[in-house]
Amino acid sequence: MPEPMLSLAGVNTHIAQYHILHGVDLEVPRGSLTMLLGRNGAGKTTCLRTIMGLWRASAGSLRIDGQDTTRVPTPEVAQLGVAYVPENMGIFAGLTVRENVLLAARAGEPDAKRLEWIFGLFPAMQKFWSSVAGNLSGGQKQMLAVARAIVEPRKLLLVDEPTKGLAPAIIANMVEAFRELKRTDTTLLVVEQNFNFARSLGDRVAVMDSGRIVHTGRMDALAADAGLQTKLLGLSLDTHQ
Amino acid sequence: MALALVPVIALASLPLVGSLPTWVTLTVAGLAMGMMIFMMASGLTLVFGLMDVLNFAHGIFIAVGAYGAASVLTRMSAQMQAESLASDLTAMVPAVLAAIALAGVLGWFFERVLIRPVYGDHLKQILITMGGLIVFEQLIHVVWGPDIIPLPRPGTITGSFILGEAAIERYRVLAVIVGLAVFAAMWLLLNRTRIGLLVRAGVENPEMVESLGYRIKRLFVGVFVAGSGLAGLGGAMWAMYQEQVNAQMGAQVLVMIFIVVIIGGLGSVGGCFIGALLVGLLANYTGYLAPKLALGSNILLMVLVLLWRPRGLFPIGKA
Repeated sequence: MPEPMLSLAGVNTHIAQYHILHGVDLEVPRGSLTMLLGRNGAGKTTCLRTIMGLWRASAGSLRIDGQDTTRVPTPEVAQLGVAYVPENMGIFAGLTVRENVLLAARAGEPDAKRLEWIFGLFPAMQKFWSSVAGNLSGGQKQMLAVARAIVEPRKLLLVDEPTKGLAPAIIANMVEAFRELKRTDTTLLVVEQNFNFARSLGDRVAVMDSGRIVHTGRMDALAADAGLQTKLLGLSLDTHQ
Repeated sequence: MALALVPVIALASLPLVGSLPTWVTLTVAGLAMGMMIFMMASGLTLVFGLMDVLNFAHGIFIAVGAYGAASVLTRMSAQMQAESLASDLTAMVPAVLAAIALAGVLGWFFERVLIRPVYGDHLKQILITMGGLIVFEQLIHVVWGPDIIPLPRPGTITGSFILGEAAIERYRVLAVIVGLAVFAAMWLLLNRTRIGLLVRAGVENPEMVESLGYRIKRLFVGVFVAGSGLAGLGGAMWAMYQEQVNAQMGAQVLVMIFIVVIIGGLGSVGGCFIGALLVGLLANYTGYLAPKLALGSNILLMVLVLLWRPRGLFPIGKA
């Protein structure tokens, strides 16, 4: 069995005096899209930030593509081929769309074919290429955040709530974009609250509660089990359709 | 609209001053003063914006730059008496380079030794940088002595140009030219290079810059050293303007520099430039029209700007 792209073993994270993650164990298989679900405050964002090295794990170990990254600083985690789209999108509002994308292309000018592919996924990015990013709508900012993360091929993409606050039409655009991303070699770990979005894209699912992983398995199995959804997430898919 | 403030204030003062030649003299003096303040303040605004560091020791880089320039100029006084621009430049260029280098090296030392341990803690930053300022002012006394050092200007930049009935000091014209050149260089660096792009992004959201794979701490050091070097250049220019150097000269202009940084918007080089020109012009106009108000005019300007735009004229959208 191939080594997973990402593995967390017994990861604990403290933020100041607060103990947020309590021994998280998680494996994200190569080339899969794993959804990380859970109620508000379950520790999903802390989990992604700990993987990126933005918050240091106080115990446990992290491995990305076979390499121990438990004590590796954020820039070096990114240089391993990891891209991160934070919950607040992390857009540089004073820079243009082009400058935001250019900054993410560490090798220099973005590859023209790759850029065409991104424009195909998010046509608004081409339209607003020279616009100041701070003037974009919420949906366009989210598109820019994802576009920036994939401007160069990445091994692992960490995305925190990509549909948060977005209109249905933009969410549909995001679903299409993530489907296209799944056809590449990129492994994805996506934190999401929108169960329909998660169900339509996820290969695998992990559910967090109170700083622990309480369930892992196939997404389609969870989607088919209303009782398990209610138990883990406090909802049933039927009520969300 | 904020961009229009400089010409609006300049033109509004014309009927109050009454005499066109006097207005021209005051305006050039205000612009020159503003350019020198800009050189001293631009590094501080970037350090504020990018590193979130309250550096009350910035004045020491100004003073050390001034002393560095004075040390070179006093040793090359023979060249400065030749009344030849080429001869003056052989003294002034090394003096300015010495000012930038000395202040830059001191900035590197401050960042590594004093500021790095207190990143993220504003109270400790204020205490340690104030302490650093006091200690290094005393060290200036140890190295250069406690007395004020007179600093005669080179011959070719002494005296005035006469334009009609207006007298314009040559040195002030030079200060305007150097200030504009520094602003243009900074603008090009920030807007036309990848390092500039990183600095602008880092001012907004340093954590995201790290998440994109860039080591922001290296950028911090570079910006701190460059900002200190610019303060040294400003200090050298300010010393030649005042025609003397003393250990407290940086601390004396520090309040004015903070006002400029706050008016412009923390982290905004363009805002710092406009803020410095406003402060320079207002200080000269009020100094002429109502000398008793001159001292408080900049504070009044800051209060009015903050009432209008609480985050300064050109706020940076920090994450």
